[in-house]
Amino acid sequence: MQLRVRALESILLEKEYIDPAALDELIETYEKKIGPRNGARVVAKAWADPDFRRWLFEDGTAAIESLGYGGRSGNHLVALENTTSIHNMVVCTLCSCYPWAVLGLPPLWYKSAPYRSRTVADPRGVLREFGIELPKDTEIRVWDSTAELRYLVVPMRPAGTDGWSEEKLAALVTRDSMIGTGLARQPQEFAR
Amino acid sequence: MNGAADMGGMHGFGAIGIEANEPVFHAEWEKKAFALNMAIGVANIWNLDAFRFARESLPPSQYLNLSYYGLWVVTLENMMLDYGVATKGEIKAGHAQAPVKKSKRTIAAADVANMVLCGSPYNRPAPGPALFKVGDRVRARNIHPKTHTRLPRYVRGHAGEVTRIVGCHVFPDSNAVNKGEDPHWLYTVRFDGRELWGEGSDPTVRVSIEAWEPYLEPA
Repeated sequence: MQLRVRALESILLEKEYIDPAALDELIETYEKKIGPRNGARVVAKAWADPDFRRWLFEDGTAAIESLGYGGRSGNHLVALENTTSIHNMVVCTLCSCYPWAVLGLPPLWYKSAPYRSRTVADPRGVLREFGIELPKDTEIRVWDSTAELRYLVVPMRPAGTDGWSEEKLAALVTRDSMIGTGLARQPQEFAR
Repeated sequence: MNGAADMGGMHGFGAIGIEANEPVFHAEWEKKAFALNMAIGVANIWNLDAFRFARESLPPSQYLNLSYYGLWVVTLENMMLDYGVATKGEIKAGHAQAPVKKSKRTIAAADVANMVLCGSPYNRPAPGPALFKVGDRVRARNIHPKTHTRLPRYVRGHAGEVTRIVGCHVFPDSNAVNKGEDPHWLYTVRFDGRELWGEGSDPTVRVSIEAWEPYLEPA
């Protein structure tokens, strides 16, 4: 595969379709600049600021853009609220659609056949593999990203975090908790 | 199309391989595979839906055996051939060959930075009023187009409820085969798990998809 990519790269550069600096820019951006810390900031603000929270669930795209995130795989964003009775999970059964603007590029498992095939039919079984066991009566809402809409799960705010700053709260927000395959970290985990 | 990519509800793929502290890329070539695809995307030689169609058009045995970025590489190679960006001889040689047909425009770092920042919104002005409203019962049509569609097999023929009118969006089924953007109303439709997976399935599950109006009929 390495040789095949090199062949395509050489042809595209020699024919001047692409400036090599454009490739470096893309790799740098998605390796270093755009990642789940973006989403964590959105979630922490939603936990700490009731006005922002309301806005986020009404118009996710605009609220998230106000924090400087949007653009590629983030032009149409919807935030999903986890509660004591509803748990949201995001998948793309047809390919690998994922909210890059707030979470960066997806992990391998998200793009894999097991996750894509099983999440819509057996979300609890999938959650168990992530070490999550939800109460039997929790409604599980699975969102299959079949269009250009992208979903961000807002996990429940852990107890014992009253008065925490947004920055401190953001450290509790994991990538998986924003996909719905995890929960936010507990403050005692954070203290360790 | 009913290809290997449409895998919602399939069995037999096994456990989910979760890798702790996973890096963004696993090899240098993956970085290049990602960046080449993204950069050439900016050149608008083909659109995203056409690229997805090409990817899912690979024979199932090939689609399922390639790694994620391997799939991107094979698809990029196919697209470069189909759209006249490279010849078979060039792909084999791994270099441009005389007479070198240079691109009229070179994608620069600023172009990709702009693409990352602005993205590519898919909403378009509506050609007419939306047929359905929130709360309407609708059925996913039992259609099996041989070309690109974003209506997964597991919902076809099943009834659900409109929970959101997303807006009027580019219709991938048309865009993928270069028949224009052909915008249609896009809805979020929610299905009961039992409607999709049968009486014995988990009663607490609801599954939502986004569906363009041509995918739906009143239920």
